Amino acid sequence: MRVALFITCVNDTLFPGTGKAAVGLLRRLGVDVEFPLAQTCCGQMHLNTGYRDEAVKLANRFTETFAGYDAVVAPSGSCAAMVREQYPHLDIEDIPKVYDLSEFLVDVLKVTDVGAYFPHKVTYHPTCHSLRGLKVGDRPTDLLKMVRGLELVPLPGAEECCGFGGTFAVKNRDVSAAMCADKIGNVMKTGAEVLCAADNSCLLHIGGTLRRQKSGVRVLHLAEILASTEESAE
Amino acid sequence: MSGTFVGMPAFPKNAAKAVQNSQLRFNLRKATHTIRGKRAAVVGELDDWAELREAGKAIKDHTLRNLDRYLLQMEEKVTEAGGTVHWARDAAEANRIVARLVKETGETEVVKVKSMATMEIGLNEALAEEGIEAFETDLAELIVQLGDDFPSHILVPAIHRNRAEIRELFLKKMAGAPKDLTDEPRALAEAARLYLRQRFLEAKVAISGANFMIAETGTLVVLESEGNGRMCLTLPKTLISVVGIEKLLPAWQDLEVFLQLLPRSSTGERMNPYTSMWTGATEGQEFHLVLLDNGRTSVLADKVGRQALRCIRCSACLNVCPVYERAGGHSYGSVYPGPIGAILTPQLRGMDTPLDRSLPYASSLCGACYEVCPVAIDIPSVLVDLRGKARHPRTEKAGMAAAGWVFNRSKRLAKAQRFGGRMRRLVPKRLPGPLSGWTDTRDLPDIPAESFRDWWVREGGADGRRPAVPPVGNLPQESRKK
Amino acid sequence: MSAAAREVILRRIRSAVEGAPEAEIVRGYRGATGEPGDVELFAERVRDYRAVVHVVPRAEVAATIAEITGGRALAVPEGFPSHWYAPSEGETDGVISTCAVAIAETGTIVLDAGPGQGARAQTLIPDYHLCVVREDQIVPNVPDAIARLDAARPLTWISGPSATSDIELNRVEGVHGPRTLEVVIATG
Repeated sequence: MRVALFITCVNDTLFPGTGKAAVGLLRRLGVDVEFPLAQTCCGQMHLNTGYRDEAVKLANRFTETFAGYDAVVAPSGSCAAMVREQYPHLDIEDIPKVYDLSEFLVDVLKVTDVGAYFPHKVTYHPTCHSLRGLKVGDRPTDLLKMVRGLELVPLPGAEECCGFGGTFAVKNRDVSAAMCADKIGNVMKTGAEVLCAADNSCLLHIGGTLRRQKSGVRVLHLAEILASTEESAE
Repeated sequence: MSGTFVGMPAFPKNAAKAVQNSQLRFNLRKATHTIRGKRAAVVGELDDWAELREAGKAIKDHTLRNLDRYLLQMEEKVTEAGGTVHWARDAAEANRIVARLVKETGETEVVKVKSMATMEIGLNEALAEEGIEAFETDLAELIVQLGDDFPSHILVPAIHRNRAEIRELFLKKMAGAPKDLTDEPRALAEAARLYLRQRFLEAKVAISGANFMIAETGTLVVLESEGNGRMCLTLPKTLISVVGIEKLLPAWQDLEVFLQLLPRSSTGERMNPYTSMWTGATEGQEFHLVLLDNGRTSVLADKVGRQALRCIRCSACLNVCPVYERAGGHSYGSVYPGPIGAILTPQLRGMDTPLDRSLPYASSLCGACYEVCPVAIDIPSVLVDLRGKARHPRTEKAGMAAAGWVFNRSKRLAKAQRFGGRMRRLVPKRLPGPLSGWTDTRDLPDIPAESFRDWWVREGGADGRRPAVPPVGNLPQESRKK
Repeated sequence: MSAAAREVILRRIRSAVEGAPEAEIVRGYRGATGEPGDVELFAERVRDYRAVVHVVPRAEVAATIAEITGGRALAVPEGFPSHWYAPSEGETDGVISTCAVAIAETGTIVLDAGPGQGARAQTLIPDYHLCVVREDQIVPNVPDAIARLDAARPLTWISGPSATSDIELNRVEGVHGPRTLEVVIATG
């Protein structure tokens, strides 16, 4: 099986650590993941901001880049949802089979215990496009529950949007901030030291606010927790 | 649509004010969360909810596809049953028809059942110009009318008002309100009961909308809770119903679907207290049906947007929407607020004003609205489609074009990333221009010195092929630190 | 004017839907069962709306009504069985009626202006409504009710007393319709 990593433009540029973690994790699980250098962006930002033509160009570019792979793994719920849910509306043909990382682990590799070690108190935010777009369900929390040392605490109001929404965060800054304030209130209620999600764009928004508020809670992508081992934790 | 919202600023500006209104935020949080819970409980009781939803969607789609045929059938059946059918192309025409019908009775007062369609066309204002006074009889509508206010929710139009405000309003504006009126909801409802009772008994003309019209039988259906609907529909000599053409259902049997979908989605009850159904002139009444287009046919012409016409005005999408909950109904500048309003208003009114252009963007596309919609309107997809049709700001267009140019070649992306990496210490804490929206409330992440793709290549990973050196020993949980 | 408007609207519709796909209606949900409804479920669901419910054998209906009314006069629509309740003299702010159909799953009573139910206003204006439901009138669900009812008749579906939640979503029983709904279910 030929497996490619679709890193996503946000991760590639701002969160290379997530990509390295995903590669490390997949290799540990015996997957010889490849990285086609021609990849760029899935087109989600353009589509959702109202630039369909640009989005179609990027979507076609995506399908060409990943043609020939049996599975494309993306450490981003919303980019995976863009390909799977939105490309058909854009009349894109021969759409590659794209999985969110948790789906690939649970459904394709059929593992929930990835041998990770992460001795911290963690709460999980499901992110809208993973939850309602891809419908990944309990896969991410099933994976987290098997991580040794990790204490998973439920997040109140978990299914509510954090207020990121791509350019929404800028165009409707006040509502976006109000939504994030409530999300953070719920995060603080859990007493967790780490907020985990499977989408760095939401974490960029929540984490940026947590940092501005000097909350002392850190955000981490699911891939990074699952990649952690006793050696890496020292 | 009603002219009352004309000249309102764009959504973000309205919302910026609303999010700072603690009373509004408190009222909305309490109300939407309560009703959300009730809805989830009664929807969860039905194990065939998904099938009902699928049937509801299909029945509406089928009706819309054959709307001309079913409207003619409706007209025929209502006429057969002694009613009179009128057709109105737009708000002005509908208002003229209703005003004429009222004048023909010689009356100068009418009682009204809560109706979105008559609010949409600004009927009360139009009647007032003709010297006819319209009395709203739904409690929330009465609160809105007495306060010279705008509705802010489809189901509970006075959701933005708390009991103390309502008490004040009644004492000031409601003739005959008891001096010792308390702010107990029970006392306030009782005051409204007494205020309206005589009016009901004396009213000669009533105006209503309808939740459904059945083409097969010519039947109209109104769902309500208080009994004011029953009062208006049965007591006055003349009944005039103004109904949007999309409210049709083909067959009597179709009600078995919608009488399950609507109450559970709307008030979160197994059934609403009262539902009235009548066909033509009933029990000695005179009956007029005004079929309203007012932009609906142009919505129907849009391949993606036409699904908005399936809407049965349940307001479940408002109650789950995180944006509505914080921005409130008034920010949408329309009688149709919330997610459904964000796709309906720009389609009915067009996107010529800054407000109407901003509505498709009044969503984080979280998808909660689509999930609860009883007729499966894919609101996020319609929003995205409308965004594509909206006029965009020049700076944004330039930015998007530049981003598209970069993303169209991976080499350009790599170059841009390297440039960013080198400049990373020069990025200001607060960004200028439209991007200040980001740094107003959030810190920027630390920009990494090296992008993922550069790391991949540096580690010896060829195009597609894996790096020669497996990335073991990397400290993932440290990666976000500087 | 109206004739022109009619033609314009029909023309707009036809051009708007030209080439649009036809939708197939699949009724995969639970339809009408044709079976009798569950008396206990109906009673429970009506009680959920804060209505008073009595479940009694048919032979005891008259006695139950007598006990409930305690000699208080109620308005009696034409055709109401006189062996259950006979009109009495005096001021009244209540009404007694039969019904056409009752729905167990939703706790709903449907009036169709048939014998013992009167015109729609008769069960609306009084502050108190006592409704007698025969066991054989109870159907399981909404599709069963729709199948039994005649659209040509004026229909009133009643699920509990009049209510509003317009003030801070606090439910208050009794606004314009009867503030008290009492139901006698005659079994057997």
